[in-house]
Amino acid sequence: MSTLAIDKAGPSRKIKYGSMSRDRTWALRWSYFFLVLFAIFFLTPPIYMLITSLKSSAEISAATNPWWVFHPTLSNYVELLSSNQFLRFFWNSSIVSIVVVIITMLISIPAAFALARMKFWGSATLATGVFLTYLIPDSLLFIPLFKVLGMVQDITGITLLNRWYVLLFIYPTLTVPFCTWIMIGYFASIPKELDEAALIDGASWLQTLTRIFIPVALPGLIAATIFAFTVSWAQFLYPLVFTTSVDQLVLPVGITTTLIKGDVFNWGQIMTGALLGAAPPLIIYAFLMDYYIAGLTAGATKG
Amino acid sequence: MADVALRKVVKRYDDVEAVRGIDLDIADHEFIVLVGPSGCGKSTTLRMIAGLEDISDGDIMIGGDVVNDVPPKDRDIAMVFQNYALYPHMTVAENMSFGLRLKHYPKAEIKARVTEAARLLDITDLIDRKPKQLSGGQRQRVAMGRAIVRNPKVFLFDEPLSNLDAKLRVQMRIEIKKVHQKVRTTTVYVTHDQVEAMTLADRVVVMNKGKIEQIGTPNELYHKPATRFVAGFIGSPAMNFIPCRLEDAGGTLQIRLTDRIAFALPPARAARYNALPRTDKLLLGLRPEHLTESHAHLGPGVETFETVLDVTEPMGMETLVYFGLEGTPICGRVDPNAGAKDGAPMRLAMDLNNMHLLNEATGVVL
Repeated sequence: MSTLAIDKAGPSRKIKYGSMSRDRTWALRWSYFFLVLFAIFFLTPPIYMLITSLKSSAEISAATNPWWVFHPTLSNYVELLSSNQFLRFFWNSSIVSIVVVIITMLISIPAAFALARMKFWGSATLATGVFLTYLIPDSLLFIPLFKVLGMVQDITGITLLNRWYVLLFIYPTLTVPFCTWIMIGYFASIPKELDEAALIDGASWLQTLTRIFIPVALPGLIAATIFAFTVSWAQFLYPLVFTTSVDQLVLPVGITTTLIKGDVFNWGQIMTGALLGAAPPLIIYAFLMDYYIAGLTAGATKG
Repeated sequence: MADVALRKVVKRYDDVEAVRGIDLDIADHEFIVLVGPSGCGKSTTLRMIAGLEDISDGDIMIGGDVVNDVPPKDRDIAMVFQNYALYPHMTVAENMSFGLRLKHYPKAEIKARVTEAARLLDITDLIDRKPKQLSGGQRQRVAMGRAIVRNPKVFLFDEPLSNLDAKLRVQMRIEIKKVHQKVRTTTVYVTHDQVEAMTLADRVVVMNKGKIEQIGTPNELYHKPATRFVAGFIGSPAMNFIPCRLEDAGGTLQIRLTDRIAFALPPARAARYNALPRTDKLLLGLRPEHLTESHAHLGPGVETFETVLDVTEPMGMETLVYFGLEGTPICGRVDPNAGAKDGAPMRLAMDLNNMHLLNEATGVVL
């Protein structure tokens, strides 16, 4: 009997870590399987864009293998980067996005702080209201907004329509509500004792915000910044409606309106422009990702 | 430094009265502990003194000035929170000096004060660390340091040791006492731990249901509790309350616990309780240490009785014995060598010289 038991125990010892880690191994395998699947799914378009951007127009229109470049050329890049028009789009996009991020932060941070911390009558309703405004789609808003800005233009005499800076007034309607909403969440997660301690230490509300809340909620702030920048950078409908002159266009609208002439698609340059346009958000993500993930509140209170 | 006074202070949240008209005078340099169960209003009281909660009614005075409408930063107080509330992005030194920097103190003075406080609290080596690099006890020291450097009129502590483990709590308790001996700042300290209250306080304020039950030195509260609540709250294990009544037997006043057990009261006690109506329902309050094993040389006023023990708890220096008297659970403290055993009969002695008599209906100690 005893030998039998030992024999039985023998092979089972090969599984070193028990069933828990067997489950874990399988969970990992499935994770990797799906990760690879998603990576292929999401990376295929940019890779296709890269391949196409390296081809000449002749090669694109020739029925060769679309996944291979036979005569690689940088001519698309050279042409775009030496075109004042493209650089103008790039510049417009950059200035609009950066200023919108600044405007958004200047409004969202104090708004979120007030809604999260200063308990006043209706603050909770207001916080929900802020979020609800975000849920209204831009396709519903662009006509009334156009009317409003037209009226403002008529009354004040300041030209707004068909100027890049009109976007500085419009984009925050998208970015401010959402950024305020996520900042409320971050601020609310900061222990109440922290602002009470600051209050007793002699800080005003503004000092509490600038010297305690902003540094402590930095990951949240960065998340909001990334969001605001991405939304501004990628916005298509509003600039399409509000700007028409070539020198006023931002990148997404500029590429589609100038590189598609009637039914002639300049695919090589469209792909190059799109790739170059995707670069700034990518770079920003890469630099800020660590902050995005890091939790700075560790050690504030117990645990 | 300053004295603190509360005059008929009330705190109402909508319909609920969390604090119901408190009067309290705290002398300069005094260490006052507010103690009571959860929800008794002790933390609310402290937060009202700090200015973190508005006062619904009454007055709070610090150094003779009414501060009802003075914001926290102008009350010249410092507070230590239960969860430390250190600024996570600042070093220890920055945490401690934050208040001074806001008030634009000269750099040299800030440095001197931080160095002195760090030395006092033995955290000089930690001065450049961030809070997350510190242990719980160290964080609590930094929180105290942040209070000390401000050199405020009043220190407020809101359950500062509750997040620490038992051993560290005892150690920090002693530290707090040492710091107070050196700094001598008027201190209001809130805790739910009666041991902390007894060991730290010059005077303890026992609170219950938004009211002050009793104010007194730790010894007064222990030996002369005013109410059943105080008698039961202070002391561990808690005081026993045994239903009883008074009766006259042959010219002496005796206390009847059960049909079979009745003891003659010592003369001093008999004189004190003689005027009480014999029909009142009463409670005999007796601390476990006055319920010991019986032995040959018992003094006057000590009565013995036989009982069967339910459970014994050997603690090393003493053994706690638990038994029932007509359904009332009772705890006694006997010598570890007295031979107390679970389920065994034992003869116990009741020291009636240290008894308390309470009115069962009102809870007042008579």
